[in-house]
Amino acid sequence: MSEESPTLRVDFLLDTEYQYAVGQYGTRFFTELRDHARFVGVQCLECGRVYVPPRPVCGICYRELQEWVEVGPGGTIVGWTVVRIPFIDPMTGEQRPVPYGFAIVRLDGASTSLYHFLDETDERKIRVGQRVCAVFREKREGSLRDVLHFRLLEE
Amino acid sequence: MPRRVAIIATGQTKHTARRLDVNIRELITEAVTRALQDADLTMRDIDAVLLGNMEPFEGFLFPELWAVEGWGGYMKPSVKFNTGGTVGTTTAIAAYYYVASGIYDVVMAVGFEKQSEGHTQTAITTVGDPIWERSVMAGAIGNFAVMATTYMHESGVTEEQAAKAAVKARRNACLNEYAHLQMPDITVEDVLRSEVLAYPVKRLDMCPQSDGAVAVIFAEESKAQRLAPRPAWIRAVATAHEQQYMGDSPKRLAEMRSLIAASRRAYQAAGITNPRKELDVAEIYEVASFAELAMYENLGFCDRGEGGKLIDMGVTELTGELPVNPSGGVMSTNPIGATALIRVAEAALQIMGKAGRRQVEGARMALATGYGGNAWTDVMILSQEKP
Repeated sequence: MSEESPTLRVDFLLDTEYQYAVGQYGTRFFTELRDHARFVGVQCLECGRVYVPPRPVCGICYRELQEWVEVGPGGTIVGWTVVRIPFIDPMTGEQRPVPYGFAIVRLDGASTSLYHFLDETDERKIRVGQRVCAVFREKREGSLRDVLHFRLLEE
Repeated sequence: MPRRVAIIATGQTKHTARRLDVNIRELITEAVTRALQDADLTMRDIDAVLLGNMEPFEGFLFPELWAVEGWGGYMKPSVKFNTGGTVGTTTAIAAYYYVASGIYDVVMAVGFEKQSEGHTQTAITTVGDPIWERSVMAGAIGNFAVMATTYMHESGVTEEQAAKAAVKARRNACLNEYAHLQMPDITVEDVLRSEVLAYPVKRLDMCPQSDGAVAVIFAEESKAQRLAPRPAWIRAVATAHEQQYMGDSPKRLAEMRSLIAASRRAYQAAGITNPRKELDVAEIYEVASFAELAMYENLGFCDRGEGGKLIDMGVTELTGELPVNPSGGVMSTNPIGATALIRVAEAALQIMGKAGRRQVEGARMALATGYGGNAWTDVMILSQEKP
């Protein structure tokens, strides 16, 4: 016990593993990403929005989505940061190496944005509106990790 | 027609980083006991109890069961709420519905969190979708930072202006005997020089992690008038939810769609057309300095892009035209499952004239909000006048 206390404490360590279903729309997205290194979204034929991540229903129009369109691999930074605080990565249970670049990227042709890594950790070199391009891994497994990161493009 | 409902009493613990001297039941009991004393009631007078908590933070499921003696739920109608940053306002809004429905006359809402017992940032990262978002998020801090850069870009707000909100919070907290982070001498320079967690967010821009509990008692009209000299009447409640993924909201903090929707619905229900003039005080769930400024804009306290100017002009200081978070807010105190209910309790204390040294003179109309990671928002408006 690191601090003085008049009452006792007990320790408990929880080591758990989860398995999440990607779903039908997500599976199509990740299959395209794995087999062809390309991004796809679904378009709402009522409002015209192109959703990435793809999903079965447009939440705004309550309309079923079936129109698949290719988006990216280029995109634009909507928001960004460089994470410097150490924390436990819930994907691995290990401490995440810091610093790392983190951005919200709107892929070309999409109406919504993805969270992903940036290849830059110098805050002075990143800005909102900057152009980026996805860098795909050589060996792909069918998850968002098939994108290594987004690379800043020269202006 | 819903019945009229008022808040008649509140109770809080002294919020702090680590309450090692008590367990969760004992912590909750402190707040519940104080609320009952405030109303001069006993647990027998309470018809139903609603509990709010974020179980993943302590890793302790079913607090409604194992803490039942702490919150007085034995054999009473009860429900537990687990809605993230809005836990407390969800619990408060549900308590309002319970009484407004005519089914229960006196209902207690209880919220607590004992963050020292678990891993809050890791648990918050699991808020992100495991397939699409979780691999890059860095808890609440990383998620805020990516939103803050968008907001800075859209509004032109500066790190200095954000720091002023952080300073206001910790100085106001010195007037609140329950607040966690009380820093009378904090300066804008201190905030700007504090450790960078994730640009532009520095340690002193963020809320702390706290241990704390709060209880608020709601009553129907006749009991409210009998039990409280000056009840805080509930004028409006509203909730709005965003689309599902973090990247769905186009401008994030710069355009908080759920806060805009919920606040406008509540203003309309309360007959408010100019919130900056008609509200006397606001207790908002600001979480981080940048978020507070963005919320000024999205709540309609000022025009788009004017959030920084509002803090520069001192409008939201305790002595300003519309004091925001005289309690010190979330940047001073954040036991998550209690935090939004503390906003409601503090707004009620202002209306009841019981806010002590942080009292806003003549407060007749007050706003309280809860905020769920930019994805959902609760709003409650309280007034001295009966609705």
